[in-house]
Order: sequence, then C-alpha cells, then structure tokens
Amino acid sequence: MSTLVLAEHHDGALVGATAHVVAAAQQIVKESGGDIDVLVAGEGVSAIAEAAAKLDGVARVRVADHAAYAHLLAEPTAALIAELSDDYSHVLACASTTGKNVLPRVAAIKDVAQISEIIAVESADTFKRPIYAGNAIATVQSEDALKVITVRATGFDAVSEDGSASIEAVDFVADNSQSTFIKEELAQSDRPELGAAKVVISGGRGMGNGDNFKLLEGIADKLGAAIGASRAAVDAGFVPNDMQVGQTGKIVAPELYIAVGISGAIQHLAGMKDSKVIVAINKDEEAPIFQVADYGLVADLFEALPELEQKL
Amino acid sequence: MKVLVAVKRVIDYNVKIRVKPDHSDVDLTNVKMAMNPFCEIAVEEAVRLKERGVASEIVAVTIGPKAAQEQLRTALALGADRAIHVQTDERVESLGAAKALAKLVEEEQPGLVILGKQAIDTDNNQTGQMLAALSGLPQGTFASEVVVDGEKVQVTREIDGGLQTVELTLPAVITTDLRLNEPRYAKLPDIMKAKKKPMDVKTPDELGIDVASKVKRLKVEPPAERQGGVKVDSVDELIDKLKNEAKVL
Ligand SMILES: Cc1cc2nc3c(=O)[nH]c(=O)nc-3n(C[C@H](O)[C@H](O)[C@H](O)COP(=O)(O)OP(=O)(O)OC[C@H]3O[C@@H](n4cnc5c(N)ncnc54)[C@H](O)[C@@H]3O)c2cc1C
Ligand SMILES: Nc1ncnc2c1ncn2[C@@H]1O[C@H](COP(=O)(O)O)[C@@H](O)[C@H]1O
Repeated sequence: MSTLVLAEHHDGALVGATAHVVAAAQQIVKESGGDIDVLVAGEGVSAIAEAAAKLDGVARVRVADHAAYAHLLAEPTAALIAELSDDYSHVLACASTTGKNVLPRVAAIKDVAQISEIIAVESADTFKRPIYAGNAIATVQSEDALKVITVRATGFDAVSEDGSASIEAVDFVADNSQSTFIKEELAQSDRPELGAAKVVISGGRGMGNGDNFKLLEGIADKLGAAIGASRAAVDAGFVPNDMQVGQTGKIVAPELYIAVGISGAIQHLAGMKDSKVIVAINKDEEAPIFQVADYGLVADLFEALPELEQKL
Repeated sequence: MKVLVAVKRVIDYNVKIRVKPDHSDVDLTNVKMAMNPFCEIAVEEAVRLKERGVASEIVAVTIGPKAAQEQLRTALALGADRAIHVQTDERVESLGAAKALAKLVEEEQPGLVILGKQAIDTDNNQTGQMLAALSGLPQGTFASEVVVDGEKVQVTREIDGGLQTVELTLPAVITTDLRLNEPRYAKLPDIMKAKKKPMDVKTPDELGIDVASKVKRLKVEPPAERQGGVKVDSVDELIDKLKNEAKVL
C-alpha cells in the first residue's frame, strides 16, 4: 500500500521540511512498496501543489483546496486525512506544530497509535525516535495496520526537486462547526528559517535583554545565519516564542551552531546537539554547554560578540 | 464549569537518564520522579480559572501505577478538588491514556479538559489531540493564553511561525505550552489538606478499555555521544579554527 505525506506550507509556499518528509517516505516505500502521494490541503494552494509535484519520488499530489482547510485547523484537516487514509499503509507529516497538532487526531480517529518524531526508518514498521529529551533513542515497532508518523526533518536529507507528479483534486469537504480561526501573529524575518539554516546563532539569558540580541544580528547577517534562543530568553520576553530551540521548541542541526550566554540545560541540548560544529561563548567556564561544544570560548559576550562581528 | 486536568508521573526534568546495559529500557531505579512540568502548568491554569470564578470544580486524573497517586496528591495540594486514579502497571502510551480520559470525559462531562502538550519522558505530544478526537471535541494545543467567554474559549497557540488564535466551542480540550502561566508551589497546609481530599481508584477494566499499546519498544540505546572539544583563548583563534579546522566559515 502507498504512503501519504501531508505537505507543510506557509505564506503560500511549500515549506522546505516537506522534502525531508518525502525522503523518509522514500525509505518506507522501498520496504513496503506502493507509491508516495502528497496531500496539499489549504485554501488557494495551487502553486504549492505544483511545488510539491516536483519533489522527487512523489507519484501523485492530491489537492484539497477549500476554505475549510485554510490555516490547516486540526479538526477539518484530521477529518480529511482520516477520510483518505484507507488507501494508505503510512501517513506522514513533519514534526512541526502543524503535524503535531493534526496527526495524533488522525491516529485516534483510526484507533491506531501515532509515532512521533522519527529520525530513522529501519523497516516498514520499525523506526527510531528520541525519547527523554534525546538522551535515549528508542527503536519501536508498530503492529497497527495504519502507521501514522511525524518525521523530524533533521533526520533525513531533502529529496531533489526534479520530479513531475500528477495533480488531482480531492472533493471531500470536512464540516467543522467547532473551531474558528481568529488571527495569526507571525514573525517577519528576512533571515533563513531556523530549521533550514546552515548556521544558527542563539542567545540565552546571558544576553540580558531583547535589545542586546542586536549583537547577534550583525553576526547573523555576515554568516547568513538564523537566530535562535533558549527558553529562558523567550520566557524573559527578550525574543518571541518561535525562536526557542530545544526539547519543547525547535530542533535544529545546522553545519554550525553558536550558543551565546546559554548554560546548556539538557532541554536546550536536545534541540541542537546534532549540529555538525558547536561553538559556545559563555563567561562561566564550568557551564555544561562546554561539554558538547567543539570550540568553547570563555569570555564575556559583550566583548566577544562585537569583536567577532568585526573580524568575520 | 467542571475542569478535568490530566497529570502524568514522569522522571524529574533535572535528571539525566541512563540507558540500561541490556538496552531494554532506561533505568528508572532510584530516579527522582515528579509531575510532568507541562501538567503543572495545566493544573495551575485550572486553579486560576477557578479563582476567577470560571471553573467550579477541578478533577485531576492520572493513568499509571500506584505510585502516581503522589502526583495526584500534588495536584490536590495545588487546588484540585478531587482526583481519579486509573490504576495500571502497563506501560501506557498516549492512545491508551487518551482512551481512559475519554471514558472519564463521558462520565464527568467537563466543560474543559486541560493537559500538558508533551510528556517529557516519551516526548510524544499526542494525548490531548487524541482525546479530542475520541471525544469528538475541538482542540487548542500548545496554548499560551486561554480566555473562556460564555460558550466559547479563545486559545492563543504557540506555532512554528509565531502565535495563532483560534476560537473553540465548549466543551474543548486544551494542551499547555510553557508560556501559559508560571505554576505556584504547594504550601505545607495545603499539602496536609490534600491528604483528606477524595481520590477515586478505577481500573482500565472497570472503564471497559484496553490501554495496552500496539507499538513495541524493541530496544533503547544511548545517543551517539558528543565529545567535548577544545577551549580557544581568543576570538581570533576561534575564527581560525572555524575556517581552517572545522571548515564551516
Ligand atoms: C518542561 C521544560 C521544557 C523546557 N524546554 C526547553 C527548550 O525547549 N529549550 C530551552 O532552551 N530550554 C528549555 N527548558 C529550560 C531549561 O531547563 C533551562 O532553564 C534553559 O535552557 C536555560 O536557559 P539559558 O541557558 O539561557 O539560561 P541560564 O541557565 O540562566 O544560563 C545563562 C548563561 O549565560 C551565561 N552568561 C551570563 N552573562 C554572560 C555574559 N555577559 N557573557 C557570557 N555568558 C554569560 C551564564 O554563565 C549562564 O551559563 C525547559 C525546561 C522545562 C522544565
Ligand atoms: N498516563 C497519563 N496519565 C495522565 N495524563 C497523561 C498520561 N499520559 C499523558 N497524559 C497527559 O497528556 C499530556 C501529553 O502527553 P503525551 O501526549 O503522552 O506526550 C501530559 O502532559 C498529560 O497531561
């Protein structure tokens, strides 16, 4: 049977993480057979469907273009996926706030378990996933006929974009009288998306206040980096919630991660310790972040950051 | 309005777990256990709703072993009025927990059910969404603000790009994110009083449900260890290493 991937999109564009989920789907169909279909649900999503049709390995893009699916609210979107799911052995989505919101609801409608944030496909029914803030990796096997799975994008390399899948409309319209979209306040930024950036520079409580995050911006500009934060920095109101990296925030694995004024709590490490190279700048030489950092600089960030910006 | 709050007993968030040598599971012997931090936020939110006169009664629920009654007592000390313990020694995953909670929702008919967004042991982030599906209710997950207004509730949700606000009809299921509130600590007199508050014990059998999971844990391994690297003495040395050794600049 085939595998269905829920496309993630934002502001009229396909989100890059979807190409990583399709990569996981490719590994699954190698074992289970069948095709890969991508579901694009939303309102006014034809450009997104066309982008999804280019993802390598996708046979068919199914498009549910209707006001009912605007903003991908959980109730109608889960009903839609559950409606389509009889054609599939696997349903996949990114472990994004959308995927995490919708897929458990799909699983419960179908009375099956959901497997969260897989980082490896062992076989069609066996997967690896981190538990306990990434301090253990569990290999789990599902006996359910339908496997409903969220995929951690950093675990899979994106597929290329030279495919040409067919595009078909889905007519099913879920009715939903229970939830209504009111508003969204989305951070506007010209910087790369945290999950996709090759370089991430994050600030913690040590930054002192939100204004001081400007010290990171100059460096981020020079390195083409995304800016992240620890929970403490978000809780203190220095920066918005969508910048939080960690167990309960975003998971990143860039080529280079620079942690500034971050102590290195396990919950933070859970979100960044798969980065290729880690740099820590902290004035406390005992800070646990140095235990995972490839390069540690014991220094006051207010001196080190301006110097770094100038010398880069 | 009655509020149902789900609390889970998990490893204390400060503990760094170790994997058992035989790779069957993590080693929880003598490990400090506590209420899941997101559940503390859920209890706090329920208590604030009661303090504001929105909630009339708070019922705390857990599904788990006998020892989990400790976390129910904590919830009672924090302000829950009574507790229900669904007792089982099975490893309960999110679907099993959601099935038990759905039965209790049917029995108790709460106006709101508040859960944590994620248990920090399994890191599943599923139960609230599953409960909402099983009970046919709308869901407001990853909440950073909850405003009850008559027959509706507005929930501000922490999403990847920022914040989203949705309006749900009541009854509804809400899962808490970190910024929803800052939980209080239980005071000693309240801890004493909590011992006298009612606690109902039921079994999954009595509820007519099966909490066993169809997902088997084949093995549990430690993650690839990351070796700490070197300390550099200056910004110059750092830039040099990043350019010439790590080759990431
Ligand atoms: C349920 C739960 C979930 C959580 N999820 C997350 C999560 O997803 N992400 C996350 O990050 N945290 C998370 N946390 C919080 C985590 O436990 C830590 O509290 C948090 O990561 C600490 O942030 P911090 O390192 O910025 O602050 P602190 O621990 O206070 O560290 C600040 C650091 O800055 C350094 N510093 C101060 N001034 C300077 C200076 N002038 N120059 C250089 N260095 C300086 C200090 O030496 C210190 O090491 C979670 C906690 C819980 C309970
Ligand atoms: N065994 C359980 N008993 C009570 N509540 C639970 C249980 N498992 C999960 N929950 C609730 O669901 C939330 C999310 O857990 P999970 O979806 O399993 O990560 C927790 O914060 C609890 O509120």
